[in-house]
Amino acid sequence: MIVAKRKPFDEIMELLQDYKKVLTVGCGTCVAVCLAGGEKEVAVLNSELDMARKLADNPIELGSTTLERQCDREYLDELASKVDEYDALLSMACGVGIQFLAERYPEKPVLPAVDTSGLAVNQSVGFYEERCRSCQQCVLGWTGGICPVTMCAKGLYNGPCGGTNLGSCEIDPEQPCAWYMIHERLAKQGRIDNIKNICSAVGWKDTVPRTLIQPGYKKPEEEGA
Amino acid sequence: MRLDYPANIKIILVPCTGKVDVVHLLRAIQKGADGAYCVGCLEGSCHYNEGNLRCRERVNHVRDLLEEVGIEGDRVRMYNLSSGEGPTFAQYATEMTEHIKKLGPNPLNTKLKN
Ligand code: SF4
Ligand code: SF4
Repeated sequence: MIVAKRKPFDEIMELLQDYKKVLTVGCGTCVAVCLAGGEKEVAVLNSELDMARKLADNPIELGSTTLERQCDREYLDELASKVDEYDALLSMACGVGIQFLAERYPEKPVLPAVDTSGLAVNQSVGFYEERCRSCQQCVLGWTGGICPVTMCAKGLYNGPCGGTNLGSCEIDPEQPCAWYMIHERLAKQGRIDNIKNICSAVGWKDTVPRTLIQPGYKKPEEEGA
Repeated sequence: MRLDYPANIKIILVPCTGKVDVVHLLRAIQKGADGAYCVGCLEGSCHYNEGNLRCRERVNHVRDLLEEVGIEGDRVRMYNLSSGEGPTFAQYATEMTEHIKKLGPNPLNTKLKN
């Protein structure tokens, strides 16, 4: 899932300093699961903001709502009747949701309350570890199911650098070398030959926002064409 | 056992301190309480294994959040005792009351009246 961390409180206070009536919008999916921006986190943040602004003699009126998902237009539409009442919207969704909310209500300032950090697994309650950088050219089939882009400090696709050190990465003895792990796993599975497969360079230079259309689907403007 | 404890304490019963959430404690202070404390079972003897440990973590988190806001985190505390210890309960109530008196009123209260 997408994981995020709440922004430092002072930064949120600064973003909101000129607004008197703000709607805090949580997201009930990824950021709720990773305990950053769901209904509970909205309640906690609003409580803190209310107290801090009172103490600063600059009271704020806060509304709260948590949408099922902020990255789906149909859920954003639920806010249509409320948005006009507020000076600004404070989104606790991931960067994707925040932008989509801003795009749906372009006349309102939309401010982020979380820092989105990546695609991660849930290792234990409240503990997440990144596993994928969405490179759009997955090589897990050749690497024993271990992502070299995420797990290797240099994101190398074709074997370790010269710094690999008895299982550790040269950046830190505590950090396992991704390519050492890949080697070990492939060896255990009896498919060490996979490591010889040359992975071609990834098109990172394509810096335009990437789009994804699943088979059998079209962009809305192409529907019925 | 007829024990006295300060009359200003308002008791809210929960089935286990593990039920106490961050927002409950924050709202107590937000609404003007001078302090709030949780009294859980002794560590290691929670009926639900770790309810009191979770509560302790949440209390610590709330203390940090209050500091961020500009209110003394020490207005929120966690105490532990076994369910048979009435005198200890009364002692904690007195200790907390004295501690909060030293800190003075919730700074929000002067603002709330304005
Ligand atoms: S906006 Fe979408 S992607 Fe982002 S946290 Fe919510 S559900 Fe997940
Ligand atoms: S190779 Fe790594 S970054 Fe690329 S898609 Fe696969 S898991 Fe994600």
